[in-house]
Amino acid sequence: MTAPPHSILGTDQLTVLEIESILKLARRMDPKRPSQLLRGKRVVLLFYEPSTRTRTSFEFAAKALGATTTLITATSSSIEKGESLIDTGWTVTSLGADVIVMRHPNSGAPYLLSRFVPVPIVNAGDGLHQHPSQALLDALTITNHKKKLQGLRVVIVGDVFHSRVARSNALLLSKFGAEVTFCGPPDLVPDLAATIAAGVFVCHDLDAALRGADVVMSLRIQKERLAGRAIGLEDYIADFQITPQRMKLAKPDAIVMHPGPIVRGLELANEVADGPQSRVHEQVANGVKTRMAILATVLKGTR
Amino acid sequence: MSAKSRTLLLTGGRVIDPSSGIDRDMDVLLQNGRVAELAAPGVLKASSRETLNARGCIVAPGFIDLHVHLREPGHSHKETIETGTVAAAAGGFSAVCSMPNTSPVNDLVEITRWTQHPERGAAVRLFPIAAATIGSMGEKLSDFAALQKAGAVAVSDDGKPILDDTMMRDALTLAARLKLPVVQHAEDTRRTAGCSMNLGPTSFRLGLRGMPNAAESDIVRRDIALARETGAHIHVAHISTAEAMEAVRQAKRAGIRATAEVTPHHFTLIDENVGEFDTHYKMNPPLRSAADRDAMIAGIFDGTIDAIATDHAPHAFHEKQVEFERSAFGITGLETALPIAVTVLHHHFELPLWRIVELLSSGPARVFGLEGLGTLAPGAHGDVTIFDPKKKWTFYAAESRSKSRNTPYDGWSFTGKIVATIVAGNVVYAS
Repeated sequence: MTAPPHSILGTDQLTVLEIESILKLARRMDPKRPSQLLRGKRVVLLFYEPSTRTRTSFEFAAKALGATTTLITATSSSIEKGESLIDTGWTVTSLGADVIVMRHPNSGAPYLLSRFVPVPIVNAGDGLHQHPSQALLDALTITNHKKKLQGLRVVIVGDVFHSRVARSNALLLSKFGAEVTFCGPPDLVPDLAATIAAGVFVCHDLDAALRGADVVMSLRIQKERLAGRAIGLEDYIADFQITPQRMKLAKPDAIVMHPGPIVRGLELANEVADGPQSRVHEQVANGVKTRMAILATVLKGTR
Repeated sequence: MSAKSRTLLLTGGRVIDPSSGIDRDMDVLLQNGRVAELAAPGVLKASSRETLNARGCIVAPGFIDLHVHLREPGHSHKETIETGTVAAAAGGFSAVCSMPNTSPVNDLVEITRWTQHPERGAAVRLFPIAAATIGSMGEKLSDFAALQKAGAVAVSDDGKPILDDTMMRDALTLAARLKLPVVQHAEDTRRTAGCSMNLGPTSFRLGLRGMPNAAESDIVRRDIALARETGAHIHVAHISTAEAMEAVRQAKRAGIRATAEVTPHHFTLIDENVGEFDTHYKMNPPLRSAADRDAMIAGIFDGTIDAIATDHAPHAFHEKQVEFERSAFGITGLETALPIAVTVLHHHFELPLWRIVELLSSGPARVFGLEGLGTLAPGAHGDVTIFDPKKKWTFYAAESRSKSRNTPYDGWSFTGKIVATIVAGNVVYAS
């Protein structure tokens, strides 16, 4: 066996230096100026769950670096015939994959695969657990507007319990000394959430959470997740929608972010989503750059 | 395992027999499958061929495991009665009680008898636990009396707890009349759907749905209330939460017939050990918090716990090495129970060895009323476990006698090792 591959599975497993190096590389990446850095490399996009944004983002990123991509989805492959994850991983590796970018509905699935196959795994979202490339692109977006992450007050609002974006972001940001506050109703933001890392807090009052915030991250609310819960849709909007009025509580130069897709009129008021503080489109653009940096890092072993 | 007219003299060991209050150096003579005599060292004589030197070792009544899954009939790719009992022998168990969640479920006299048939090749004594309800579906009681007559020592719907109050009351009422223990896997499955580990910081960090303590303790409290009402004996399988432990403690104080077993993993490991989705730490009940683990130790010390049971649950590689949430619950445990008990409870927490022996022999024998077992009193069955409490060794899953390898203890170093297991005067395992 050669040295173990450099997988990117979760932000908790990356060091501050590794994260900084990926962000530095991402800033230099330009999707519009194709390079041949990864020419001849085969990127397999193994998607067990539907995804448009992340999948396309990785695909563009790979192609901008000269790599070829193959998409394998659960419904159009032997996965549907009952092949196990480990067997699928071996098959893909034997076919010549150089890296597997993986999206899976079960938390931890990429960790399992990484223990059995000899190529790096990039976690493109696993269950409720992590979405490290999203947290890295979010960090890139934040650092484009704020001098440093240390000391920033970041509020993450919404369905934290079901959010891999929330977990990855909290673990990454707290590593740099940012203060992260999870905000939402107790059903969706359990007090337990504060145990994820030092410097992470839980607040069930949006106004209090927003006061003095530098960064406001809104998460998607799935209406079906509110069904049968203590809090109804109307109550949620009244208590937790991010509105222009509420944004006045944050710092004047605060930025608003959202991993998408946005459910307009639910978690975000239109005026905020499209307002001057919104960095939503920039996030998407940064997604391609960040994923270029991620692929370059895992395939070049420069981590 | 027929009693042979063989003589076996166990010399030089330290006999610990909690049922007789013995803890001193003695020789033990086994004859015709029974315990014949205990005497001061050197008094009894036998030929060298008939002598087993137990110097430096503890000579204890044969260990009894109240909770194992031997997977036959139906799941012989995981384990068979033969391979499971060979593993039991290697773990010092001269008797095991097998759970009925096989395929088909053991809810019939025919199946109960089939598991005990000599053709199954059991290496140690096997006592079946029959299903409490038909198919363990929780709808209709099985024929307790007939199953008891066929050899069942208890009834249980292990893994599919009886949630309906009326059904549980009916089961306990019938069991009380027959003096048959009812074993409950206490889990309110209405509150654990989709859960794959304990509810706590680790489950939140990993994005896994967690089982709350109350899903166990509320059922334990309900069962205790019903046991008081019916006069039946409720046995709490694999207890795992501080709240359930307290409920059993109070029940015992109140004179209610409630007993409890704890697994080695629940008094050793905690939910954090799941690490990065290691399915060898996935079992049900799940590994709990450090506070719950400490409560298990406290229950062992203060007598709330009656027995150490393994919940030996073998699974094949392809059932275990899959996505955490899809992975089967359970780990093997027969060969690591004594080493863990001695290492953790005796060497670390300084629990006296006699209490460990009690929890593995006379304790479980009393829970299921197994006559002549769990004791070295003259006339008792000649079942003996000999172990070296100071022997340091390393356990490797690849060397396990079980058909399966799903253990978290691969490569763990232990102090305390089984030296020999004797069933009815016959050595069924010797290291």
